[in-house]
Amino acid sequence: MKPMARSAPMPRARRLREALIERSLLGCALLSVVTTLAILAILVRQTGEFFAEVSLGEFFLDTQWTPLFADRHFGIWPLLAGTFLTSAIAIAVALPFGLLAAIYLGEFATLRVRGVLKPTLELLAGVPTIVYGYFALVTLTPLLQRVLPELSGFNALSPGIVMGVMIIPMITSLAEDAIAAVPRALRESAYALGAGKLATVFHVVLPTALSGIAAALVLAVSRAIGETMIVAIAAGQQPRLTLDPQVPIETMTAYIVQVGMGDTPAGSLEYRMIFAVGATLFAITFAANLLSRRLARRSRER
Amino acid sequence: MALGPRRLPNRALERGFHGLCLIAALLPIAVLGILLFDVFRTGIERLDTQFLTSFSSRRPADAGIVAGAVGSLWLVGLTGAIAVPIGVGTAVYLEEYARRGRLATLIEVNISNLAGVPSIIYGLLGLELFVRALALGRSLLAGAMTLALLVLPIVIMTSREALRSVPLHLREAGLALGATRWQVVRRVVLPLAMPGILTGSILAISRAIGEAAPLLVLGALTYVDFLPDGVSSPFSALPIQIFNWTSRPQAEFAVNAAAGIIVLMATLLVLNGAAIVMRSRVEKRRGR
Repeated sequence: MKPMARSAPMPRARRLREALIERSLLGCALLSVVTTLAILAILVRQTGEFFAEVSLGEFFLDTQWTPLFADRHFGIWPLLAGTFLTSAIAIAVALPFGLLAAIYLGEFATLRVRGVLKPTLELLAGVPTIVYGYFALVTLTPLLQRVLPELSGFNALSPGIVMGVMIIPMITSLAEDAIAAVPRALRESAYALGAGKLATVFHVVLPTALSGIAAALVLAVSRAIGETMIVAIAAGQQPRLTLDPQVPIETMTAYIVQVGMGDTPAGSLEYRMIFAVGATLFAITFAANLLSRRLARRSRER
Repeated sequence: MALGPRRLPNRALERGFHGLCLIAALLPIAVLGILLFDVFRTGIERLDTQFLTSFSSRRPADAGIVAGAVGSLWLVGLTGAIAVPIGVGTAVYLEEYARRGRLATLIEVNISNLAGVPSIIYGLLGLELFVRALALGRSLLAGAMTLALLVLPIVIMTSREALRSVPLHLREAGLALGATRWQVVRRVVLPLAMPGILTGSILAISRAIGEAAPLLVLGALTYVDFLPDGVSSPFSALPIQIFNWTSRPQAEFAVNAAAGIIVLMATLLVLNGAAIVMRSRVEKRRGR
């Protein structure tokens, strides 16, 4: 990559030192590859042992998840439903707000307003999730209960909304990049044809930026699925197969926390179970991240 | 697109849409404001020396944050000490040494994948690898190593950006003077990239200090009545204490949680403030 200076031969000791340094830097870089391999190895091994005792069919077809009861059931669906529900609520909040905010920053805001608004929005992403969890449980749920008297103290709605607010800056930032990447010439052609700002945004800018926006959306979904503390605090610990946002549920992530916090003896079925749930979580988020990268690449190639 | 004849209603619509977009941008900021105000109002009265110097207790009024705060300091120090050198080393390798090829691509793709792995999965990794396989137990070191792996992609990506901002001709000048590649990196490239690397490291540490999920999984303590005495000591952390208080049913504990959140947010504020100050100082020294 960079030009090599080869004018004078280096003394042996120095050459050795240089080679040693390069090796150790390569070692640092390879550590991240090792990390991925370790994650995969651990998930595969523990999950494999889990499936030696619980059949794949039961895991993916049974609709009950009661591994800690006497009458054990290991169907992942209640946890999947919980994760789906909170994530869907989060996206329903984050997508419209995030996208409109991105349009504002990209198409309406003056440079000065943008310079203030953008970093302020980014602050939201820097707040620890534990703080959002507290907010969902202690502040938002009681507030929502005034409007929805049926709402249980633990529910999917409140953490879903808060998670959505947390994800807004991520969608805004990525969608704004996509919007900024739309060539000026396209906008100007639209204006020249007599199109107003609105028509230009909806007929030219957004369609052109679509795959970039889709990449932002998919990444946001992945983020919502993997989010732990907000749902562990405010959504409850009752795995159930429901789409009712008003009752306590449990997500995959919250389940791992719940079991991990108790002193689960290593090697027991309960111990392996969190790895099986973790492997499912890993597979879903990995696929989403991959898809998002594809979409982002496609939007860059345009 | 029949655009011409409908100019006037479009104007009003346009203004409405402009307003809608502005509201969408401001609303999340308003929520953040409400959140901070709410936490501050609830927690500030609880924030006294007793709270800052006491250990866990079953009675909310006797409980304090000291074990969590000290645990977090240990964790963050260790995490930084592990993640920053490795992360900067990786960035230097990728930017200054690696040839474009399969290996570099593999490492790059891998790092961006790791950045997308949910933090709780790192908790499972730490539990199985550090706590059990390496037999570190539920110690500070196991927690810090887990957090270090978690924030490593942030250190790497921000450091790479900082390295990339150093103009190529400076490297060439160094090499032309007969410096070795490492001499160029150490004497020319790294000093110039330092502000960016510092900012990235602080960003990574800010992330680590707020993480609760992986620490809960690998067995951080929620009830502690001692301070850690070394890297192999069991530990608690600020977000763990906050989690514990938040998940108790008594309202008095929620007040403790709010006070804990104030401590956590204040720490983050100080960290990020320090990053800004350090950055501007380094830049000033360089006469920019």
